[in-house]
Amino acid sequence: MSHYESQVRDPLIIGNKSYHDISVDIAYPIEHKAGKLWWIAFGLAMVTFLFGVGCIAYTVGTGIGVWGLNRTIGWAWDITNFVWWIGIGHAGTLISAVLLLFRQRWRMSVNRSAEAMTIFAVVQAAIFPVIHMGRPWVGYWVFPIPNQFGSFWINFNSALLWDVFAISTYFSVSVVFWYMGLIPDFAMIRDRAKKPFSKKIYSFMSMGWGGKAKHWQRHEELSLVLAGLATPLVFSVHTIVSFDFSTSVIKGWHSTVYPPYFVAGAIFSGFAMVQTLLSVMRKVLHMEDYITRGHIEVMNKVILVTGGMVAVAYASEFYVGWYSGSRYEDFTYFSPGAAVGPYWWAFWALITCNILIPSLLWFRKIRRSFFWTFIISLVVNVGMWFERFDIIVVNLSRDYLPGGWTMFMPTIIDVGIFIGTIGFFFVLYLLYARSFPVIAQAELKTILKTSGEFYKKQHTEDDHHEH
Amino acid sequence: MNTKTIYGLYADDDDLLKAIKSFNNEGIAIKEVYTPFPVHGLDKALGLRKTRISDLAFFYGVYGFTLASVMMWYMMNHDWPQDIGGKPSFTFFENLPAFVPIMFEMVVFCSAHLMSLTFLVRNKMYPGAKPQNPDPRTTDDKFLMEIESNDVEKVKSAFIDTGAEEVTIKD
Repeated sequence: MSHYESQVRDPLIIGNKSYHDISVDIAYPIEHKAGKLWWIAFGLAMVTFLFGVGCIAYTVGTGIGVWGLNRTIGWAWDITNFVWWIGIGHAGTLISAVLLLFRQRWRMSVNRSAEAMTIFAVVQAAIFPVIHMGRPWVGYWVFPIPNQFGSFWINFNSALLWDVFAISTYFSVSVVFWYMGLIPDFAMIRDRAKKPFSKKIYSFMSMGWGGKAKHWQRHEELSLVLAGLATPLVFSVHTIVSFDFSTSVIKGWHSTVYPPYFVAGAIFSGFAMVQTLLSVMRKVLHMEDYITRGHIEVMNKVILVTGGMVAVAYASEFYVGWYSGSRYEDFTYFSPGAAVGPYWWAFWALITCNILIPSLLWFRKIRRSFFWTFIISLVVNVGMWFERFDIIVVNLSRDYLPGGWTMFMPTIIDVGIFIGTIGFFFVLYLLYARSFPVIAQAELKTILKTSGEFYKKQHTEDDHHEH
Repeated sequence: MNTKTIYGLYADDDDLLKAIKSFNNEGIAIKEVYTPFPVHGLDKALGLRKTRISDLAFFYGVYGFTLASVMMWYMMNHDWPQDIGGKPSFTFFENLPAFVPIMFEMVVFCSAHLMSLTFLVRNKMYPGAKPQNPDPRTTDDKFLMEIESNDVEKVKSAFIDTGAEEVTIKD
């Protein structure tokens, strides 16, 4: 049996691990009590989440007049947060699906958590359009359901409806993809469980998985086909989100560059969020042997590439805005007018956070540093929030008639709902980290003999014997 | 003569594959193999046929495409065609460009979900089903081979010769 892999590649699993050690390490957070740090983080997340729930309740009870929207700026804070969260939700499926098709072995240590992040981020995103309806209890009107209004159907020509289908498909397919991968790992937890209660729960969730040869064959085929389906799905979802803007006839929005530019931005921000979460998780859950410096570095390279793509998009938008000579173009979010106008701070926040600071990743030292990775990932998250804010608010704030020009100011309720979704996201993520196998252990075991540090060292010795 | 089930437990995937090869040469039929992870080359060694669930995925996709097309044609062009924003809905083909995104989403939706359901049904898996592996260690780090035979002694020695850690016999 050849398990040889080039020595040029860094080992993906550090230390002298056996198959059993992998099971033990990954089951550890589930089988042991949470530490103090987890309870503090969970408490904080819960408080902000409850504050958000209060703000949402107030919005629904009073009406969306409690937000900072006005007659000129009818979309602002909520849609910014919607696009931001959906963008973050893109890295998970990208890591698990696209990198599976490319046979990137390093994805096996990070895909589970990245997919969890995707699902939780899409949940946050979905909150915003629903509460923006003002009457969320009739939210089901967006679905093609027979009704009593004289069969008054939904409008399939509308990009907003495409979004309904794209987001629901993305969410449900991501959940299924995630769950199918989780089944063998739940079975591992089930077979280790000592307490009858947890045995029952994990038995229920693992659906009787036994690891039969034919079942593994089907499982691998299923993963491959789901990856093949999810790959175009990832690209389609943010493309359709960008259609919400680009199919409209608003200056600055009506632009063919939007789909690729949105997709690149989504991957950029999604990977930044993966870095933020993983650089903390690997320490807290003691997964340092599985999520190594090498893993962090390759993800930083993806951030660098997609960051470069958005930088080119910014430059071309800015250039076209200036070169067209049109007065209207001078009021778009990327134009000399925006750089020195009343929203200059938002413009420069975007340039600084999305282009200047991530450029530090060109240095190998910084790219391989856990501390700087964490800091830069936070900065990118902020930058990508400003990108959406600029696209939406800066473009809308300068209307076609100067009489309608205005500024947008969020209210405490706006801010509260946003912070609440961040709290909700972390509530879900922290619960996940304690009850789910955070690394796809069954997959990881398949590469132990090729990419484990201990086995790789043996390969070199074997080579000496052979030659 | 009564048939007995004999289990051989291996600690390493390479030992397991070697054992399967020697069993194939000796003509001992292997009933089932339980492994903690997909062992590369196991399906070939056992002579399993290629799974057909990916072929089904294609037809599920076709179903999703048809469903989306019929739904949008019925709602937009047939049941109550409307003129929204100066964009009338006369025929399916005039609306077609606007229908493409949802057609795509429905293809992916039906294909992914129905294929996963097929996977569960074919494997006889459902929430709360009894674990199918006879030994709980096979989801951790052990590889279990199951053989049904009349000649217990022959199988037992074959297991021991190929490096099995443990041999158990069940009626």
